[in-house]
Formats: sequence, structure tokens, C-alpha cells
Amino acid sequence: MTLHLSIMLWLPLAFGVIGLFAPPRLAGRIALAGTGLALAYAITYVVDYDSGAAGLQYVTDETWIGELGISYKLGIDGLNLLLVALTAILWFACTLWANLREVERSRLFYFHMAFAETAVLGALLAQDLALFTVFFDLMLVPFFFLTGMWGGARRVQATMKLVIYTLVGSLLMLTAAVATGVLAAEGDLPLSFAFSDLAQRPLGESSQQWIFLFFAAAFLVKMPAFPLHGWMPDGYRTMPLPALAVFSGVLSKVAAYGFLRVCLPLFPDASEQFQMLLLLIALASILYGSAMAFTTTEARLILGYSSVAQLGFITLGIFALNEQGAQGALLQAFNHGLVVAPAFFIVALLAARAGGSQDIRDMGGLGMRAPALASLFLIVAFATLAMPGSANFVGEFYILLGVFTEKIVIAIVASAGVVMAAFYTLRLFITAMHNRTGARVETREMTFREGLVLVPLVLLIIAIALYPQFGLKRSEKTVSAVTAPVTEQQNAAEQPERVDALGVAAPEIEAVPAP
Amino acid sequence: MIAAAEKIAGPEIDWAGLSPLIAVFAGALVVLMLGLVVSRTARETFVPGLSIVTLLVAIGLSISQWGKRQDLVAGALRLDELTLVLTILFCIAGIATVLLSWRHLAPREAAHGEYHALLLTSIAGMIVLVAAQNLVSVFLGLELLSIPLYVLCATEMRRASSLESGLKYLVVGSLGSATLLYGMAFLYGATGATDFAQIASALGGDGDLVSDPLLLTGIALTLVGLAFKASVAPFHQWTPDVYEGAPTPITAFMAVATKAAAFGIMLRLLDVALIDAAIDWAPPLAVLAAITIIVGNVGALGQSSLKRLLAYSSVAQAGYMLAGVVVANRLGLQATVFYIAVYLVMNLAAFAVIVARERETPLGDDIASLNGIGATRPLLAWPMTISMLALAGFPATAGFVGKFYLIEASVDGDYTWLAVFIVVGSMISLAYYLKVIAAMWMTPSASEAGGAVAAPAPLPGGETPALAGGSDEATGLRAQGEVVAVAVVFGALTLILGIVPSPLFDVMRDVGAALGLL
Repeated sequence: MTLHLSIMLWLPLAFGVIGLFAPPRLAGRIALAGTGLALAYAITYVVDYDSGAAGLQYVTDETWIGELGISYKLGIDGLNLLLVALTAILWFACTLWANLREVERSRLFYFHMAFAETAVLGALLAQDLALFTVFFDLMLVPFFFLTGMWGGARRVQATMKLVIYTLVGSLLMLTAAVATGVLAAEGDLPLSFAFSDLAQRPLGESSQQWIFLFFAAAFLVKMPAFPLHGWMPDGYRTMPLPALAVFSGVLSKVAAYGFLRVCLPLFPDASEQFQMLLLLIALASILYGSAMAFTTTEARLILGYSSVAQLGFITLGIFALNEQGAQGALLQAFNHGLVVAPAFFIVALLAARAGGSQDIRDMGGLGMRAPALASLFLIVAFATLAMPGSANFVGEFYILLGVFTEKIVIAIVASAGVVMAAFYTLRLFITAMHNRTGARVETREMTFREGLVLVPLVLLIIAIALYPQFGLKRSEKTVSAVTAPVTEQQNAAEQPERVDALGVAAPEIEAVPAP
Repeated sequence: MIAAAEKIAGPEIDWAGLSPLIAVFAGALVVLMLGLVVSRTARETFVPGLSIVTLLVAIGLSISQWGKRQDLVAGALRLDELTLVLTILFCIAGIATVLLSWRHLAPREAAHGEYHALLLTSIAGMIVLVAAQNLVSVFLGLELLSIPLYVLCATEMRRASSLESGLKYLVVGSLGSATLLYGMAFLYGATGATDFAQIASALGGDGDLVSDPLLLTGIALTLVGLAFKASVAPFHQWTPDVYEGAPTPITAFMAVATKAAAFGIMLRLLDVALIDAAIDWAPPLAVLAAITIIVGNVGALGQSSLKRLLAYSSVAQAGYMLAGVVVANRLGLQATVFYIAVYLVMNLAAFAVIVARERETPLGDDIASLNGIGATRPLLAWPMTISMLALAGFPATAGFVGKFYLIEASVDGDYTWLAVFIVVGSMISLAYYLKVIAAMWMTPSASEAGGAVAAPAPLPGGETPALAGGSDEATGLRAQGEVVAVAVVFGALTLILGIVPSPLFDVMRDVGAALGLL
């Protein structure tokens, strides 16, 4: 195969740099071409991917900094395939969205957008812990500029808060990553950060513990999860819309992906040990996020807090520490990204019709005059609240199933979150679309240009809802390989009961309804 | 008579090995003479030009000596890769300094010949210092580097703060030198030798010597003396004032070259002479490193003067480098020298931008002088942005690789807690490095904001004509090409070394082999 991952990885950035030297009005078109090509590549990978194989595909493996044991190793497997596709789709959509509008200092804007895409793709594709850390930290740089230069009110404070908050986690992760590599390379082993090498050099239990906690801190801040979400409200309020859509849609998923890629396979003992802690954090995120989403009136924040809750579900699935949970988490990560981005676009359209206000109390009464917009919103809303029949339902079902076999009480409490999601999503939909028409609301239908971005995304949501196996099939093999070290751990720890529980759980995988 | 002369014949001198040092000294003399020429243009172009040529020659000679490892001048100096790589770094810093001061006020006031001769002498002192492997040559090198610098700090003679800076540096520097000398006397008393190799063998031969109070006092005082030079907390208090008052090109030179020299001799003294006493100096030095990281980063938080900000940042960076020194093995040595090199590159880019903005705006080195240059002066804004991101340790810059290396060395040397301090320091540092970036890209420039200066400014912007024209574009007041070139070159280098660091790693491997550590 000559499908080099490096080409897809660096294409957006290369086009962004070219755009930097092009006339300002062409910069957007050039960036769009870059993300478009990356999207074409991503689609090719999804189609071409061999779902029968568990290992990495399309591997690129070069030495980058030999002295430090860092290799430039990229690869695609079931864990990152869908997220790579999601990244490419959302970036293309957001670049298109920006292209249909006027952007100030457009060359820099598109450069930073393109830079961000490369960084996120890099974090997803990296198969070397150090390389992963590099890209994970790098993701923040363009968003610092995007928020600080094109954001709304109080943008500089918000962007500082965002970067410092999330980088605190990332830097802890840097130490943890270095320690993982150095401590794993005991004796005569050469220093290496490649996941494949690290997986074969298990760490001692005590080092696993603090390293796991450092990684968890980084990922939980990025998500954000409940006690660590302090940067979220300000950041979401002020971020420019195209950046916000990808930030919420993709960056939080990179964190969830990090748990699956790094924590579970490399630190199985610690994952097992801190399972309860992470489950409780996830549960707190679900409850807190839902409650806040139900009470706040700012449309962006409703979506922001609902993301906190959704990411809580994803974390819950991951730390069920079994195959179903992880599968559900992965599917849900893809679904949520695909749903939240159009939701942000719709909210932006609503705000434009409500005299620029983001407050849902200023909206209302749009549904009758703008039926097309309303129906798109309804589909997105149903997907968000995980209506049976949507792919989100399948995802949440898997997650809850996974948790149920592990910790029944948590699964029951978490189920309340599903109900709460219906409350806050429908509240958003009803206040914005029905009710009395707001004072300053202009009731006009979606234009063709606005639909150009929204309609394909919504069609994709429907397509995935009809055929969720599309994703599940591709991730199945890898997920079972990733969760294997932890489940082995559990089996070894509590031999007598576990065999029984697994025996019950196994047939249920087949029993999942295909909608 | 002839027989007597033969008996006291001087030591065998390898002229080739000494050639970089000789070149710099010779250059200093020629430049000093050339400064007496009557023609002003000759002074203003030939003197700096010749200084640069001298330094380029020294770099060339250093490269030609690469791979040699031998004692020079009867064991007073040591020629090895550590000496050579640091010599090259000093010369690069020197060239940048000459370029930055090409049309600066300081050399004009202090006379070009003297200014450049002092600069070259100081570089020669640094070379002697890092090559020293005898306590006597350590002191000789240290004084040779310090005394010209005391003068250089005060070269803007009509500005009180410059004179204050020079005086302060003189007083504190002398205190540091005295402490160092006192400490070296104790070291001699304990081991009976001034030669590094003999000190090492004395320590290795006698196991009890390691806990000898005489030796402990000697190590403590020597370290305090060197800590003054490297601005390691709590001996850093002079740094912000001196950096702020000195002419900016000299500040840049002090920040990068003096620090490199101080760490160079620290590495040689600790990792060669006192390696067997590591148990005495490593733990306290680790604590000092942690304190330095925190003090430097916290101190930088509230600063509005860029030079003070970078002064505190340099204190913090000294703490990071100290972490590499503490890990007394080959990895630590390589990581420290690597960081010294990238630190030089990152800081020179930043200082070049400060010099440029000092000339373009009436705001001096206030952070407001950078407002809005992302839109108006991209050639200055990008290098500064890259430099700040690199100093904060963002990936894809040299600073990240350097920090990664230091953390790896710390973890490898069982100083994981120190690695955590490094990242905690980096977290705090984000607050001020990002503030600088925000000023450049996210704050409208003074002219855009209608002539009103947002931040407190020493001079009212937008009213005074000529120098303080409301819009620097309108008056055409632009920094000279060479200053912008320094900023762009070092900014680009920061990025390149972050992406392709392998060549620098090859050099470091040679350096690591030179000291013969494990």
C-alpha cells in the first residue's frame, strides 16, 4: 500500500502555510483544499481498512530523535480509524463554514485552523508515546491563537485560562510519558517510546500508579470532566464558532482516546486499581453536566455542559474495563463529535436570528417559519439525547451494558443521566424553536449556504444511525486487544467470580439489537 | 645562563589547541587599536566588522580542533569537546551581540574600540573559564570574564540606570568571586591540590575525605560563588536589576553567554574534580535547583518590563539546567549542554526583538512595546512567538526537546521529583510567556488604539514628534536590518532544532564522551 499516513497528516498544515503567503481572499479556499484532500484520504482509509486484522495498518516507522528513543511512528487501527475520519469530516465542515463567511486576518485564521488539524491528526495517529505527547501539547497552540485573536468578549483572559488549565495536565503527562519510557527501559533494553515496545515492558505497580494519575489528570482536564472543567464555560463562551465546533467535537475525544491508547494497555494494574475513582468522576460529570445543562440559559453552555455529561458516559464506558464498555465508548466518541458540531452550527444560526444573543430566552418561535432548520435541529437533538434508533443509543447501550456487568449500582445511577439528557436537549429545542417568538427574533429560513454545511452532517448522523455496525465492526478486533491486559489482570485477581460473570456477559455481545 | 634558561623553560604549549583563545585575544587588541582611528565611519564599521571576523575565525579554529582531547599549558587548561562547543556558543552569542549593538547608543558613548575590545576580552575569559582544569585558572577565567562585563553594563554613561547596573554587578560579582576564592582555598586545604585530576584522585583515594568538614565548607563556598554567576536562587537578586539597567545587547550577552560559562565550569568542576564527592553536593544542589525554578518563575509573573521578565525567566531556566548538573552522569551532562545551546538560541531571538522594539517605539522594553506587532511587524512577531513558546517548552521547538532531555536525565538519575519541579515551573511560566504572546497578537497596537497607550508607559505615546511618533509606521522608524536578521535567524533556528535536533545530539554525544562519565 502506498497510502502514506504522513501525507494525510501534513497536508492541512502544508496548505495552511501556503495560504499564509497567498492573497488574503484566497487563504480560505487553499485551506479548504487542504482539509478536503485530508478528508479524501481519511475516507480512503475507512473504506480500505481491513477490519479482520487487529494490529496496526499503514504503519510508518522512522527514527526521529534516536538519542531520546523517540520514533516517528504512525499507524491506524480500530481505535483511531473512526476518530481520524471524524477529525477530517469536522475540520472540512468547519473550514467550509468559515469560508462562507468573512473572516478577519483570514490568512492567519486558516493557518491556525490547518495547524490544529495536523496536530489533532498527529495525536490520533501517533504510535509512539513521546510523539503522542508532542502532538497532544501542540494541539493547544493553534487554539490559543484562535480563541485569543478571533474570540468574543474577554477572549484573552479566556484563552489564557484555557491554555494554562489544560497545559497543566499536559505537562504532568510529559513527565509521566518520559518516566514510562525511562523506567520501562531497564537493564540493557534500548530506550523506546513506541507503544508496541512499551506494552511488552510492564512497569512496577508503584510507578504505574503515579504515572497513571498524571496521565488521567491530563486527559480529564482536556475532556473536561467534572472537578476539572473550570476553563470550559469561559472558553466555550468566547471561542470563535468554527474553532469551538472542532474543539468540542474532536479535542475532547482525543482525551478519551488517550485513555484507551495509553492507560489501559500500558498501566493495567493501575487502571484496575483506580477504576472506581474514574467511574465516580465519570458519574459526577454525568450528573453535574446534566444538571448544569438543564439550568443554564446560554445555548453554547448548554451544549458545553451536555458535552461534559457525554464525556462522562464515554469515560464510564472506558473504565468498565471490558470490551463492551470500550466499544460503546469509542462509538459514542464518534457519535458525539458528529452530533455536537452541527448542534453548535445550529446554535450559531439561531443566535444570528435572535439579534446575536446566545441566550435561549431571547430565541423561540422559529419552528413554524423555518421548518427545514427545525427538522435538522430535531434530528440532531434526538441523536444527542440518544433516542432509540440513533447510533448514540447503541453507544450508550453498550456503555451501560459494560458497566452493568462490572458495577451495577453505578450503571443504574448513570442511567438517570440518559433520562436527564432528554430533559435538557428537549428544553433547548423547545425554547429555541417553539414557544413565543422572542422580541428581537427574525424568523427566516435557513439559506442555501447555511445548509451546505449542516445538511451533509445531518445526513451522516442518519446514515450512522441506520448502520452502526459500520464503526463497531472496524473497532472490534483492536478494542478486544486493548482491553485484554486489564481483563487478564482482573481474571488473575478474582479468578472464581470473574469466570462466571464473563460467561454471562459474552453471549450478550451478540444480543445487542441492531436498529 | 643558557643552561638556566633551559632548566626553567616554560611548559610545552600546543599553539594549535590554544588557537581559538589566541584569536580572540588578538582580535581584542587589534580592535582596541582600530578604535583610535580618526575616521568615524571606519570606527563604526571596521571595528564591529573586525570583531565579527575575529569571532568567526575563532569558531573556525574551534571546529578544526574538534576531536582533540588534551591538556594545554601544563594542565592549566583542557582542550576537549566541552571546551570547544562552549567556545563556539560564546562566539555565536558574541556575533549576535555585536550585530545588536551595531548602531546602538552604548558603543558610541563608550567608544567603539573599547566596547568591542571589552566584549572580546570577556569572551576570552569565558573560554579560559570553561577550559580550566585547575582552580587557579578557574579564578583567572572568571575574573577575565567578569571585569569587562562590569564595565560593559555601564557603557550607556548618560543613563543613571546603566551606571547603577554596572555598579551593582561589580559589587555583587566581587562578592561572588571572593566567596569562590575562599571556597577554593578550602578545597585546596582539604585535598592538597589545585589540579582537577589530582583533586579527583585525592577524593577517590581517601574515602573519609568525603565527609571532611574542610572539604564540605570548600564545596559549599565554591558552589555559592558559582551560583552568583549563574544566578541561581537565592543568589539571584542582582539579576533583574542588572539585566534591566544594562544596554540591551549586553543584557542579551550576559543572559546567554555568562550563564553558559558558569554552567560549563560547574559541569567540569563537579563532574570531574568532585565527582566522588557527589553525595556532598548533589542533594543540596537539587534543592537549590527546585528553589531556583520556583523563585524564577514566580518572580517573572508580575513583570511588565521585558528585560526583567527575561531576567527572572533566565533564573528559572538556570534551575532547569541545574537539574541536569545534579544528575552527575553522562546523560545529565549532555542534557545540560544541550539545554545551554538551545537556551542561547531561544533567548537571542527574544532579545533581538526587544532591541528592535526599543528603537521603534518610545516605550523602551515595556511589554506594551510589543502590542499589536503580530499585524504590523510579522518579522519580529514570529521569532518572538516562537521564542516564548520554546522557553515555555512547547513541542516542535528546541525548548521542548531540551526540556524533554532534562526530564529524561532527571528520571534516569533517580531525581523524578526534580523532573516534576521542572514541569511545575513550566506551568507557572506559561502565565508570563503567554502574556507576551497575547500582547503581540491579541492586543491592538498603540497606533491602532488611536495613539493611546494601553499599558503604563514611561513616555506619553502619540504626542512627541520624531522618536515618539504615534505610529511607528508613519514616521518610518524601523529597526535596522541586522537586528531583524538576528531575530529571524535565531527564531528559525529555534524551530529547526525543535524539529531536526539530531545534529545537535551528535555534538552532545562527543561532549558526553569527553568528560569520561558513565
